[in-house]
Amino acid sequence: MESRSRNLYLIPYGLWIVVFVVAPLILVFYYSMLDINGKWTLANYTRFFTPVYLKMAIKSFWYALLITAVSLVVAYPAALAISRTRHKQLWLLLTVLPSWINLLLKAYAFIGLFSAHGPVNAMLAALGVGPRQIMFTDFSFLFVAVYIFVPFMILPIFNSIEEISPSLIAAAHDMGASEWVTLRRVIFPLTANGVKSGCRAVFIPALSLFMITRLIAGNRIITLGTAIEQHFLVTQDWGMGSTIAVFLVIAMGLIMALTDGTGSGHVGRERRV
Amino acid sequence: MDDIIVRFENVTKQYDNDPPVLTDISFELERGKFYTLLGPSGCGKTTILRLIAGFTEPTMGKIYLSGQDVSSVPASKRQVNTVFQDYALFPHLNVYENVAFGLRVKRMDRPTIDAKVREALRFVNLIGLENRGVAGLSGGQQQRVAIARALVNEPQVLLLDEPLSALDLKLRAEMQYELRELQQRLGITFVFVTHDQEEALALSDEVFVLNNGVIQQRGTPIDIYDEPVNRFVADFIGESNIVPAVMVADGLVEFLGRRFECVDGGFRPDEPAEVVIRPEDLEVTTVEQGKVQVRVDSLLFRGVHYEICCYDDDGNEWLVHSTKRVKVGDRIGLYFDPDDIHVMRIGETEAEFDRRLESYATQGGVADGVQIA
Ligand SMILES: Nc1ncnc2c1ncn2[C@@H]1O[C@H](COP(=O)(O)OP(=O)(O)OP(=O)(O)O)[C@@H](O)[C@H]1O
Ligand SMILES: [Mg+2]
Repeated sequence: MESRSRNLYLIPYGLWIVVFVVAPLILVFYYSMLDINGKWTLANYTRFFTPVYLKMAIKSFWYALLITAVSLVVAYPAALAISRTRHKQLWLLLTVLPSWINLLLKAYAFIGLFSAHGPVNAMLAALGVGPRQIMFTDFSFLFVAVYIFVPFMILPIFNSIEEISPSLIAAAHDMGASEWVTLRRVIFPLTANGVKSGCRAVFIPALSLFMITRLIAGNRIITLGTAIEQHFLVTQDWGMGSTIAVFLVIAMGLIMALTDGTGSGHVGRERRV
Repeated sequence: MDDIIVRFENVTKQYDNDPPVLTDISFELERGKFYTLLGPSGCGKTTILRLIAGFTEPTMGKIYLSGQDVSSVPASKRQVNTVFQDYALFPHLNVYENVAFGLRVKRMDRPTIDAKVREALRFVNLIGLENRGVAGLSGGQQQRVAIARALVNEPQVLLLDEPLSALDLKLRAEMQYELRELQQRLGITFVFVTHDQEEALALSDEVFVLNNGVIQQRGTPIDIYDEPVNRFVADFIGESNIVPAVMVADGLVEFLGRRFECVDGGFRPDEPAEVVIRPEDLEVTTVEQGKVQVRVDSLLFRGVHYEICCYDDDGNEWLVHSTKRVKVGDRIGLYFDPDDIHVMRIGETEAEFDRRLESYATQGGVADGVQIA
């Protein structure tokens, strides 16, 4: 009785998954086996393992890693600081707010800010160090990407900090731990899971970035994401585009599998206490 | 003076604009004694512990540890350790590492840490559980890890915040023995918080009864039980029969329209007062021999005794603990001796109580069974 009604509730979600997740995945896989003329082939896969695409893959990973690392370095102290403010929820809302604004709008805003005659260059000029080329550099790409992803890093870290019982912190102080030692020996280990989910929430989308890569980095940085876009929209080689997508999906699945489970015992254990 | 380990001097604690949690509290704790803070929920017990440990600062007044003003000494530098109400064991560390935490923070060398941790674990009977995660432990085991973790730092004062409240009755009684024995073995000061009055009376050298952020009374368990200074203490510590009375003269009190001999004094002539008689001090007897005549209303078997609820002709309720069997509806007499009566001045504070006793004693009154602190 119960399980039947539960199954009924799952129907809309199940349909959604089939139509928008499973079917596209099958299609992508199907297209990856076709050449540009629609014939069966495995050539796309052998092509992926040539230096051009491997380099692109490595570059994608490298930038995703860089974006994740910088986001973490920015987000962790921010999450700590927010958790110690008086009006936590307000501050949290303010940091998360930008993520509600459309990605394209934000990208265009940065184009304006960073352009040759934009306010940033005006300021640099006033300081006597400008104007400089800001747009289409590694720096601007990294900056904008981090700006966009940082809320997704702050949120899980903040939550994991909030989950730590204040008496654990008091206990650490009680046993002689300074603020720093408490941070290192108690807060860091207990927020490991928050850090992990934050990294996942940033790294995976960063791996397939193409919009801001295009807009901010121009053609300077070619990642797997931009290559897919290129193949689908410019060269019309859907087979190769799909092959890259298949590899991205596999990579994401692997990352999910590898970062899941390990060490998740902490939080579970903590809750049971 | 050297024997005083903790001293509160006119300490007031207030959060924001709320009414003060503690109001002008002063007391001294001696080395090597077992103290209990007893009071209803929200009366400020935990706040006192947090002030001693250094997790919070007094709004007014000063706190001294071993004679030194500690207002600028952070918690991490105080020779005080706490056993938290929820134990606060580190979930990411096993039993051994939880206990070793304080020693690692102090950068002791490995062999020293190992020796100390093992000794502490032996102390609380946890040898063999070193590598277990703390979540899998029973309540009693967790509590013992928390105690070992605190003791391994060799504190001068151990603060325990309702450490037994999460345990079942049997384990609780066992741990009470263990704690008392531990304190005597170590010879350090324990400050134990509870809202269980039986626990407080059983364990302590001295009990502080708190209410609304004020110390109502401090003294040995016997003092507090036999000589409650006011209605709150009498009510909170054990069960009592409290009836309105008039103190006619020293040693003579009038209640229920009759005069009874008693051992209290130092009141104004004909001063209104309250009389406390403990249920176990009332003796069931015949109507003729009783000093008070009552009708049995209900009866509860409590194992060691019957708890008998009666009403007198004026409608006052009388609670009696007796091993004698009576029947509901019986008319019986209740007998008590003069020293079973304890007369309380209405609204008297502890300081006033002490002063009255002293003046009454020096006047040569019958200060029988009354100890002057
Ligand atoms: N950080 C705080 N901010 C504001 N009020 C507080 C704070 N900590 C405690 N209080 C208040 O101080 C009062 C006393 O709290 P305390 O924790 O000392 O009570 P307690 O005697 O330990 O009670 P319990 O038996 O329930 O543990 C309570 O009214 C509580 O609401
Ligand atoms: Mg408390």
